[in-house]
Amino acid sequence: MSAPPRLRTWLCTAVVVLSNAFGDFFMKRGLPDSTRLSTPLEYVTMLFQPWVTLGVVLLVIWQLSRMTLLSWADLSYVLPVTSVGYVLVALIGWAFLNESISVTRWAGIVLIMAGVALVSGGSAPSTVHRHKAKS
Amino acid sequence: MKWLLVALMVGSTTVGEILQAAGMRHHGQIHDFRPGAIGRALSLLARNRFVIGSVIAMAISFFAFMKLLSMTDLSFAVPVSAVTYAMETVLAKYILKERVNALRWAGATLVVCGVMLVSL
Repeated sequence: MSAPPRLRTWLCTAVVVLSNAFGDFFMKRGLPDSTRLSTPLEYVTMLFQPWVTLGVVLLVIWQLSRMTLLSWADLSYVLPVTSVGYVLVALIGWAFLNESISVTRWAGIVLIMAGVALVSGGSAPSTVHRHKAKS
Repeated sequence: MKWLLVALMVGSTTVGEILQAAGMRHHGQIHDFRPGAIGRALSLLARNRFVIGSVIAMAISFFAFMKLLSMTDLSFAVPVSAVTYAMETVLAKYILKERVNALRWAGATLVVCGVMLVSL
């Protein structure tokens, strides 16, 4: 059994990261600080607010692409390489939500990138034996 | 209230993601991306008890995240959820029996430190 090529792993990782970051962003667009959420009905109604709906669709894509990636890669590989999304969310907050990025936050972003580079460059995505799915 | 929601979100995310990783390993590699094959994979996954458990945990995590977002900044809610990294890397080693080598520990530690700085 051969491991999937790196290119496929990278493509799948890109979909996981982008759908998560933009999903979170659209959720926040649809849920400003004054949003009232107390009864279950209010939660369900809020799901049909257009920005929230778009966020939910992206988060569903996020979960499906993450499951696909996890079908051939270790959790301890997927966690750090997808953490590049934290950097993306900070940049999105800065660019579209007028959130400020302090020096401390930039330092954190650099540490996250360094951690990602260590894990994704240095080890194979999977350390356990996996069979091919019967489908 | 804010930290209670963070605790609920982190706890349910950790359980959900460990179950998801276990379920996908149990399922095996997805290597066929034609529509019919993806449909068959989805119907198999819908009957995978690890995946069912993970979907329930993720739903709890999702609504806690939704409530948290309605109260706080995106730049607070997202980085704070990265506490799950440390917990999940440890669980990946002891429950999923992955070989977490020195490089992965170092990378995970850097990520956790970085996330802490980002959320300051």
